[in-house]
Amino acid sequence: MTTVTSTARAAATPAPTVAELLSHLGVAPRGPGPAWLTQARQASVEWATARRFPTRKDEDWKYTRLGALLDVPFERAGAGAGRRVSPDTIDALSIDATSTRLVFVNGLFAPELSLLTELPEGVTVTNLASVLAEGGAGLEPFFSRPFGEYDHAFTALNIALAEDGAFIQVAADTLVSAPIELVFLSDAQGFPIIASPRSLIRAGPRSRVTVVETYAGTTGDPTCTNAVTQVLLDEGAQVEHYKIQDEPESAFHLALLDVRQGPDSRFSSGSVALGSKIARNEVHVRLEGEGAKVRIDGLYLPGGDQHHDNPILIEHAAPRCTSRQLYKGIVDERGHGVFNGRIIVWPGASGTDASQTNKNLLLSDHAEVDTRPRLEILTDDVKCTHGAAVGALDEEALFYLRSRGVPHEAARALLTYAFAREMLDLIPSESLRTHVETLVASRLSTDGDGTGGTLR
Amino acid sequence: MMLQIENLHAKIGDNEILRGVNLEVAAGEVHAIMGPNGSGKSTLANVVAGHEAYDITGTVLFEGENLLALSPEDRAVAGVFLAFQHPVEIPGVGNLYFLRTALNSVRRRRGLAELDVMEFLALAQERMKLVEMDRSFMNRSVNEGFSGGEKKRNEILQMTILEPKLAILDETDSGLDIDALQIVAGGVNALRGPDRAMVVITHHQRLLDYIVPDRVHVMAGGRIVRSGEKDLALELEEHGYADLGQEVTSDRSASVGATP
Repeated sequence: MTTVTSTARAAATPAPTVAELLSHLGVAPRGPGPAWLTQARQASVEWATARRFPTRKDEDWKYTRLGALLDVPFERAGAGAGRRVSPDTIDALSIDATSTRLVFVNGLFAPELSLLTELPEGVTVTNLASVLAEGGAGLEPFFSRPFGEYDHAFTALNIALAEDGAFIQVAADTLVSAPIELVFLSDAQGFPIIASPRSLIRAGPRSRVTVVETYAGTTGDPTCTNAVTQVLLDEGAQVEHYKIQDEPESAFHLALLDVRQGPDSRFSSGSVALGSKIARNEVHVRLEGEGAKVRIDGLYLPGGDQHHDNPILIEHAAPRCTSRQLYKGIVDERGHGVFNGRIIVWPGASGTDASQTNKNLLLSDHAEVDTRPRLEILTDDVKCTHGAAVGALDEEALFYLRSRGVPHEAARALLTYAFAREMLDLIPSESLRTHVETLVASRLSTDGDGTGGTLR
Repeated sequence: MMLQIENLHAKIGDNEILRGVNLEVAAGEVHAIMGPNGSGKSTLANVVAGHEAYDITGTVLFEGENLLALSPEDRAVAGVFLAFQHPVEIPGVGNLYFLRTALNSVRRRRGLAELDVMEFLALAQERMKLVEMDRSFMNRSVNEGFSGGEKKRNEILQMTILEPKLAILDETDSGLDIDALQIVAGGVNALRGPDRAMVVITHHQRLLDYIVPDRVHVMAGGRIVRSGEKDLALELEEHGYADLGQEVTSDRSASVGATP
């Protein structure tokens, strides 16, 4: 356990700068590591320190106010928090109790809660810290990638602060049939915690693997998860990725899913955002090899005072690549949903086929959605479509259901669930689909009419 | 009296669509309502079923109770059913799930035991035979991608499952070929009985060959302007609505919004 000093700020104190936050948290990581890692951390500290936290003046942060986050005096988590967590908590978050499962509590590996099953030869599933402790051969590029115009202080902070995360490596021509589950649990007991998990998935040529990330937390003091997951697909690799973001409303969630795709690779990601006070689920896919295909689907359900931001950037940097985005938002009460989808087709990426669709359902007069589908096409011979829609429940459909005897609230729940249904149907794995359906149905169900949880 | 409508007015904004409808339908009777487009037939059906888009004055009693005070779902529980002219497509809601939810909502409110999935399937299959619907309809989303005829048959299927006391069929025959028309009429006739009443809205005398009415009414300009025996339908078929004169043409402008 690290030494903790209470640093509650007075309300009038301005939010800290990046440098102040870093000096408060301290950079020095626990455990051994290669020299290049120390250098990468130092470089990211310098990069971040020279900048400020993003504000609403930054294009990609236009709709997200960070004030509530920056006002919290977060501390880095101490090791061993996993021992406080009951295995039942983890079991409840698991999709399949027999799956390979890595559990991280406050960004640190919790071996006592994890389950490592037998995997095919050529498959490595472990925690990143253990790989780094052995020198982390070949991992340098994942930490020292030059920061480009799309990075921001939080991705730099992740490198500076990350100590652990998942490490998944699949050798060429190797298929992993069962999903690998990654559970990231926030558990703040006594003071606000910032966790910085950093995970790496490397899929070798023509390999196949499915990874499910679940972010959850115990209620208590505020937590901040600042997560980065990098996925590298070699030629012909296929990676299915899912993310369930269901942290409590006391939590802040900032995440980047950073994907690089080689020729003829296939990447798909399906996410559902249910939790947190502020959640920013950023996805950045760079199609670097000819013929690569990507599909990014997301369902976000902000209610209460929740804010869910989805900045998506797909870069077509090679010819004949295909990208598909389908994001749906269901926004209730004073919730705020954002879709900020951007496609860039770089010169030379001829034969690009890209589409993005965003649909939103507003369930209350105070719910808010901002949607910005954007295309930047810098080459000829491309097929790009985009569209966005925001609406309320269909009054005629409501009347139809009610005229058959379905009570008003149940009819609303039925239609709302039907709107989400399209996203759920995109999940091929039945056990995962059932798991997500249960989460979504319980969020959307209304009390008192007996329909809760049985909306299927 | 099952249904008593007195001096019923309905408007959307400044557009008055119903302008004093009077109608009485007794249990066991089948009434046909005919009339030109925009005469207010669909609006009358929607108002009785509880559509909330209209400003309404007048009286509608169902078995002596004030129907206008009830929500659409409460009217369904009381026994009112509307077969829609344009059944809405509801992607993502399974037909089977929807029908069972509807039936069980109504049964629960009526103090009857709810049907489990197997019991419901048995009932649904029996009723689907009546309207010659394929089992696969049950696994599809409500009306999604249904042909016009399939949608109408789905309406009649819902009617035979919910077994209402008062069924209003709003142009159920429009767009149907003669085979589909006979199937739909068969489903309707199977439900006829001394405790039920039906109001059949149609443009065509043709349907009334299969569903023989006790009374025929003609609507024009938001009112019922003529009533008679079933022969009236034949007379209308022969001479059209021209004999109804001024009232019809002058109220064409009132048709906007009559079909929501």
